[in-house]
Amino acid sequence: MGAPHGHRLHFHGHSPLHRAPAHLKVAGLVGFMLVVVATPLAWAPSFAAYAVVLGVLVAVSGVPVAYLARRMVVETPVLVFAAVLPFVASGPEVEVAGVSLSEPGLLAAAGLLTKATLGVLASLLLAATTDPRDLLAGLERLRVPSQLVQIMGFMVRYLEIVTDELRRMRTARESRGFTARDPRHWPVLGRSVGALFIRSFERGERVHLAMIARGYDGSARR
Amino acid sequence: MHVPDGFLDAPTSLATAGVAVAGIAVALRGARRELDDRVAPLAGIIATFVFAGQMINFPVAGGTSGHLMGGALTAVLVGPYTGLLCMTVVLAVQALMFADGGITALGTNVVLMGVVAVVVGYAVFRGALLVLPRRISMVAPAAALGAVVSVAASAATFVLLYSVGGVVPIPFDTLLTAMLGVHVVIGVGEAVITFVVVAGIVTVRPDLVHGARRLVATRELETRLVSA
Amino acid sequence: MSTPVLDLQSVAFAYPDGHQALFGVDLHVHRGERVAVLGPNGAGKTTLVLHLNGILAPGRGTVRVSGLPVVKENLAEVRRRVGIVFQDPDDQLFMGSVRDDVAFGPRNLGIRGAELDRRVMAALDMVGMADFVDRPPHHLSFGQRRRVAVATVLVMEPEIIVLDEPSSNLDPASRRELADILTGLDVTLMMVTHDLPYALQLCPRAVVLSDGVIAAQGRTLDILTDDALMAAHRLELPYGFDPHRC
Repeated sequence: MGAPHGHRLHFHGHSPLHRAPAHLKVAGLVGFMLVVVATPLAWAPSFAAYAVVLGVLVAVSGVPVAYLARRMVVETPVLVFAAVLPFVASGPEVEVAGVSLSEPGLLAAAGLLTKATLGVLASLLLAATTDPRDLLAGLERLRVPSQLVQIMGFMVRYLEIVTDELRRMRTARESRGFTARDPRHWPVLGRSVGALFIRSFERGERVHLAMIARGYDGSARR
Repeated sequence: MHVPDGFLDAPTSLATAGVAVAGIAVALRGARRELDDRVAPLAGIIATFVFAGQMINFPVAGGTSGHLMGGALTAVLVGPYTGLLCMTVVLAVQALMFADGGITALGTNVVLMGVVAVVVGYAVFRGALLVLPRRISMVAPAAALGAVVSVAASAATFVLLYSVGGVVPIPFDTLLTAMLGVHVVIGVGEAVITFVVVAGIVTVRPDLVHGARRLVATRELETRLVSA
Repeated sequence: MSTPVLDLQSVAFAYPDGHQALFGVDLHVHRGERVAVLGPNGAGKTTLVLHLNGILAPGRGTVRVSGLPVVKENLAEVRRRVGIVFQDPDDQLFMGSVRDDVAFGPRNLGIRGAELDRRVMAALDMVGMADFVDRPPHHLSFGQRRRVAVATVLVMEPEIIVLDEPSSNLDPASRRELADILTGLDVTLMMVTHDLPYALQLCPRAVVLSDGVIAAQGRTLDILTDDALMAAHRLELPYGFDPHRC
């Protein structure tokens, strides 16, 4: 797995969006989404305009729509929540196909879906066009505390190694005929989580040793 | 679930971001005491562990499953300051690289799943340890108690934020009842998972569990002579 | 005789949990020597390695590097002089790119700019990995990662390189490539391993660490052919391997 370059979260390319400085992209994303969130629901044309802006950026980036669409599954819980809103919200009710629904609830669900979808799409576009290393450097330029950026750097570096360990542990469980089906199996899963913690902690200590062996003294130098 | 963009209005989102920043600033200072110069590599890899741990599905029934949130668990395992840093970094990476949780809601998510879950979870854990017998076997039940209360506290905080900056008119008591009802169930799941995980680690490597650290006896060194 | 690069005198050590790993180790390594430290699992090999640059401090005894005692005040200089290549390259390569990983050590020494670039590229050249300088380490093969790990230590221009199980997890081709690289280096070298043929190939001298003490030392060939000594310390040559024919 994994693309030949960068991380698997990153869709390799050479578009102007890929080349744009990461700190500007992050600042742009935050600014754009603050505007989206602050826009009243009644201003429907504005949302159409936001969607067009994002659409143009996607086109410029050259990231395939299918790639973004696949990764949008992360929005599923929001869809479920939005579907519940018309039933629980208060206010005047309307009949839709024989079911009485809250009108403000319907409007709010539509608004939430619109804003959340714009947010997911915009964030995915950032992730797809920005190498994680550049993203971290960008955060540092945005004055995110360097210790926090360092921690994120370690997380990005070891993400695949730790998730691989997790996968191997599951393979080992299943090879011995274990498949988790109901809560009676939780103790086994819990022990796997515990084992993963111990392995992670020990790796953290070994990495720290490898760092101090090369003169690291706790200060973040870049 | 992570709060998405557009769920709370802009002023509330900015206010929670402010609270999150303050919490992180305190944690950055405190983590140095918990881990000295090991903070960056250890917190980074523990954050990776939390991220991976959240990916494990715990089957409930009828094809549904739940997963760990890990605020209280992380606080018990590595201490509250480092725990908050880990949760923050997990949420930031999820928002920036996986679009899980809105970027404008990052502050809200850090407050709910980081600050509230970690602080409440850890406080309840310490409180429970004071009441329970001073035995290593009490660490896991205390952690489980911390987990269930932390989930309920996060849910209640969410309802509170929603009553201030929510964009959908839902009656406060309806929402509170619904959220607490659902989250007590989720919290019990979280407690059971936390219990099993902590109990497992405490039996194998109690020295790694921050909340279980006790003085370990030092022993006299001996020298062996060999004729080689 | 000149001051040894490594000079350990009756080093004893117990971990905080009470488990004692070293019981008085005496060891001297001189400039230009290549020494293999042999021993079964649990003999204290890795614990010994961690004493060489002061990551662990002996509970009793002393460690000196070219005459400099390994104590808190000297740690920065000791860690420049002693380069350790750890067993798992994923522990050693933690930055986002090969360049950053190799530059990590010299940067901690305060080296910057053109001099830093020159040293990074020189170290990568020595291990044949210069073409991979801008790749993320997790996209390299295991053998390539181990070679980059060696470069992260070479770049410090150390007086002695210590390798912990350098051949572990390597396929035969990567194992031979690493041997070629190590043979070509003009440094003092200490290698901790239970890969006995590798020890024989790379190190003329060997010491046997067993139960936390140096149980024997001498020419590697002599040690590997002393059947009684080998058996006493759970050391075994691979099936069909004849040390005399190497």
